[in-house]
Amino acid sequence: MIIAVASGKGGTGKTTVAVSLALSLDGVQFADCDVEEPNAAIFLRPVIDEKIPVTMLVPEVDETKCSGCGKCAELCAFNALVVLEKKVLIFPHMCHACGGCMRICPEQAITEKPREVGIIEKGMAGGMSFMQGILNVGDPMATPIINRLRKQLDPSKIVILDSPPGTSCPVIETVRESDYCILVTEPTPFGLHDLQLAIATVRELHVPFGVIINCAGIGDDAVETYCREENVPLLMKIPWDRRIAEGYSRGEAVVTVQSDLEQQFKNLYATIKTTVNATA
Amino acid sequence: MKICISSIGQDLAAAVDPRFGRAQRYIIMDTETKAFECIDNAAAMSGGGAGTKAAQLVINKAVQAVLTGNIGPNAFTVLNTAGITIYTGVSGTVQEAVDMFLGGTLQPVATPTAEAHAGMGGGKGSGI
Repeated sequence: MIIAVASGKGGTGKTTVAVSLALSLDGVQFADCDVEEPNAAIFLRPVIDEKIPVTMLVPEVDETKCSGCGKCAELCAFNALVVLEKKVLIFPHMCHACGGCMRICPEQAITEKPREVGIIEKGMAGGMSFMQGILNVGDPMATPIINRLRKQLDPSKIVILDSPPGTSCPVIETVRESDYCILVTEPTPFGLHDLQLAIATVRELHVPFGVIINCAGIGDDAVETYCREENVPLLMKIPWDRRIAEGYSRGEAVVTVQSDLEQQFKNLYATIKTTVNATA
Repeated sequence: MKICISSIGQDLAAAVDPRFGRAQRYIIMDTETKAFECIDNAAAMSGGGAGTKAAQLVINKAVQAVLTGNIGPNAFTVLNTAGITIYTGVSGTVQEAVDMFLGGTLQPVATPTAEAHAGMGGGKGSGI
């Protein structure tokens, strides 16, 4: 069972929900896929015992073989190569590692060399298996790290993926091929706006989903109205409560601060399981 | 010599496009004969790598100088490596830019003047 926790808008409570759900269940594998700034470790406090570098293969040109024909630059969809008269300029940060330039080069002047984009850390947080991806600062290539994280999942466990915010490639890479997606929002116009974008994205991926409202009590009831009209299941509401915010500032999960919510998270998982089994 | 001016329109009365990589068009002019052509920038709408692609386009036209508003790091590297002189901070019409260039009042720049993706509009682009 793979459950992705995503949001659209950032800062709505993805990690809050993912961490509390994980702490409420047994047999969990947790993967922080928000590789640009993973922060679930602050709450789960894992002991890391393995670090795996993540690399991408980027082109290297042997200029003694290059004829300057320009076919590699023409092919590259990301414009990561530029061919000057006597020189090929390579922009490794723009390369998506498709290998096309190497294959199209008539002179076989291009080889591939690994470029490190980040690392994966693995360990245990109590009885929970924990992983997180960390993208190198300044590097734009989040997706390959998430892809590598996903390859190490154990679907026989309850896998919980803490997604990056937004609706772009890193989110797609996290959510696609999940069994279920929890979308966390706040009950504000901004929250609703980005929730709508997130719902459109998850629908496109054909992943069943439901909504959790965090900070319930602020804003308005437009999110609830929208969910009702769109037939989107409203899974849970986490109240706007100073104690939760104070706990958060100390790195304590919601279920640690308000233990009565643990049963709600257990029920949440039961609901998700029923939905997934009915869909399968 | 041949020069390139980033342009919003197709003739010398058009305004200089303030962005290099995502300029709508380029006016390529022969400063001796004053003959010019306008080329569309195929890179203007690309998801990423507009700067390098646009630079390649301009290099293929064998220009020796580029006049524009701002230029990002990748396009700068490409043009600089190709030995093309870059003038930024240029505004007004294309004709005015040419006059300033020929009058010697433009100063070439030695470093990029914008961050990557600055010319994308609608916030910093990602989706990569």
